[in-house]
Amino acid sequence: MAATASNLAHAGAIAPRTGSAAEPRPLRIALIGNPNSGKTSLFNQLTGLNQKVGNFPGVTVDRKTGVAQLTATQRAEIIDLPGTYSLYPKSLDEKVITDLLYDKAADNYPDFVVVTVDANNLRRSLLLFTQLGDLGLPAVLALNMMDVAERHGVNIDLAALERELGVPIIPMNARKGIGVAALKIVMAQRLDAPPVRFWEPDERLLLLVRQIRYYFDLHNDYLALHYAQQYRQIGFLSADEKNHIQELTQQAGFNATAAQAAETIGRYARINEILLETVTVTRTETREPISNRIDKVLTHRVGGYLIFLGVLFLLFQAIFAWAQYPMDWIDQGISALSAVIQANFSGPLVRLLTEGVLAGLGGVLIFIPQIALLFGFLAVLEETGYMARVTFLMDKLMRPFGLSGKSVVPLISGLACAVPAIMGARTIESWKDRMITIFVTPLMSCSARIPVYTVLVALVVPDQAAWGIFNLRGVALMSLYLLGLFSALGSAWVLKKVLKARERSYFIMEFPVYQWPRWKNVALTIYQKVQAFVLQAGRVIVAISVLLWVLASYGPGQQQATAEAQVRQAAAAQQWDAPEISRRVASARLETSYAGKFGHLIEPAIRPLGYDWKIGIALLTSFAAREVFVGTISTIYSVGQDADMGTLQQKLSAEKDANGQPFFTPARAFSLLVFYVFAMQCMSTLAVTYRETKNWRWPLAQLVYMTGLAYVAALAVYQVLA
Amino acid sequence: MAFFRRSPQIVSAQATARRSAKDLHVGETGTICCLEDPEMALKLLEMGCVPGVQVRLSGRAPLGDPLMLVLGDQEYTLSVRASEAATILLKE
Repeated sequence: MAATASNLAHAGAIAPRTGSAAEPRPLRIALIGNPNSGKTSLFNQLTGLNQKVGNFPGVTVDRKTGVAQLTATQRAEIIDLPGTYSLYPKSLDEKVITDLLYDKAADNYPDFVVVTVDANNLRRSLLLFTQLGDLGLPAVLALNMMDVAERHGVNIDLAALERELGVPIIPMNARKGIGVAALKIVMAQRLDAPPVRFWEPDERLLLLVRQIRYYFDLHNDYLALHYAQQYRQIGFLSADEKNHIQELTQQAGFNATAAQAAETIGRYARINEILLETVTVTRTETREPISNRIDKVLTHRVGGYLIFLGVLFLLFQAIFAWAQYPMDWIDQGISALSAVIQANFSGPLVRLLTEGVLAGLGGVLIFIPQIALLFGFLAVLEETGYMARVTFLMDKLMRPFGLSGKSVVPLISGLACAVPAIMGARTIESWKDRMITIFVTPLMSCSARIPVYTVLVALVVPDQAAWGIFNLRGVALMSLYLLGLFSALGSAWVLKKVLKARERSYFIMEFPVYQWPRWKNVALTIYQKVQAFVLQAGRVIVAISVLLWVLASYGPGQQQATAEAQVRQAAAAQQWDAPEISRRVASARLETSYAGKFGHLIEPAIRPLGYDWKIGIALLTSFAAREVFVGTISTIYSVGQDADMGTLQQKLSAEKDANGQPFFTPARAFSLLVFYVFAMQCMSTLAVTYRETKNWRWPLAQLVYMTGLAYVAALAVYQVLA
Repeated sequence: MAFFRRSPQIVSAQATARRSAKDLHVGETGTICCLEDPEMALKLLEMGCVPGVQVRLSGRAPLGDPLMLVLGDQEYTLSVRASEAATILLKE
């Protein structure tokens, strides 16, 4: 490629960085560009697996950094910034860009920026580039998707464009890695601020701009204009400084919106001039682009929804069926490991390790297959561009409930597991829409509720046909799912009324062109999501598991020992066999443990719902995770943890109340079912809500709201049916 | 700003008379004249909805909203809600 060679020559003309080996810190380079401009691909190409995900302070945006080996001796730290169309942030996520680029004194201020530009969308992409140039940031322009541009008959005179823009331009195809080597060579050079200015503030603004510029000792007018525009959101300005800027802007009668619009128009005018001289388009294809033709099918008024349903079906198949195998392996692996430990060691510490720590760890690891599959699936949908079409199809349906088209994916994922679903809500730009989505997602019936539903429905709903075609149990199960869905939508509607919007909600969104997924990106996404879950949510889960284990294992004073002695006496009289004895002992110890005390303690509160202290214990232990309900019930009714569902159901049916009537009446069972539909019995979800909102108030509100809803609904069900 | 018509009388008087991107038929092309809502305009401008650029309505979501707009000769597609498209006024 001749163009690349000319760029290399250009780059070579710049004085090489002197004494780079002795530099105290490596180069710091920020990667910035429009969404869908291939920024992520380029980041992955530059850094490989050498990346880490952190957080920008104060916001929930992932801060992806990585190390690139530019030359044999020189490395650079690469910061991947969120995709944006301009330097005027529209969402909280985009704000991290201006936070980083406004403050030259900041620790993370980049030495220069690499701007990724889609060669097919030069006009729009250059808007951001000219803003960066006018801020005085040294820049390299990575002209991406050259192959597509060539196919579309877009001819770019690279030498002329380089002259007009005043920065090195590297033509590339980041997906295939073409041009990355050349880019690295240019990046290893010392780059000066671009000599070209694209746009100057209007003369009428000059007084204001200069006042701000000299007051803050800024290096150029354009940065001063940004201070005037966005001082309210600049984190590093003090209240006094903000007040000062406010006074200045008021004196000058500064109209931020009009000024920004004038700037954008002015920039487009300049960009049009540049493109007129450097780009010629000879459309070779007269037919509609293939992407538009695919859209005709995928967003068809009937076909579009059918295909979406098909995709959903595949997604559920993956999460419920395929994920089951690795989940079983993890489950068995953890059990085997704790069996080995228990067989070879004994003592309270070993029990803490196996029943507290290992059990908690198992509770974390068991989610990995589902999280990995869900995020892999979503990443493929995102990469191909299909996700944008789904939000397009669903937006109108979701808006009455205060949700947007982008809420659909988290809500649907919530049927599998709320944890990855809440993490998936990140794609929603509007703060309010995102918070509503996160808040209501746990109301969707997740897979952990299935064991609870199965046991209780089988207990009270007869296994017979209804209306000829349906099975009554199936109808009951479906009603529970629908109850979850409608409560989620209803709660969203309430929140929409309560919550105040922080910014205006937009749906203006670019439709990415359809393309094959880049498997490397998909794999990296899976890896990063799983890692984030294990490290951040995992810690909380393990901690609470250990706490619950202590509560269920120890009791006040000698009560547990006394209870155990009584059981053993009874065992001698009744001649029980050894497994029966150990089951009865476990049951007696649990009753006299702190958890058992808790069950008795809350019995007055849950009696109106039809529950006794035994269910109280199960409610407490299943606070960690709903599926624990079945295990705890098994222990309480001393059927042993390994008993199959049939045994448990016989035990439960045989349970009698004080009057000798069956304890699990339909009223009690339905009350319990409804309780589990609504109750926030999942600390993983609470942990991940905290992680995503960075505020304890959200998980707390979720806990209080959902538990309250569960209590009231279960109360109503029991009182009406009983 | 010339392309903002912020005076309320003008907006209400002409909003009914002037066509917006929302009023295009599927497949029809118009030329952007101005953007009505200043705040929305900033976002639209950044996305390339600049006065003078051609806009084609390439489709609607099955429920009639949002809309799919193809911009300029560069052939890239935006999805906008009908309420947002209504702020993109077209030349006569």
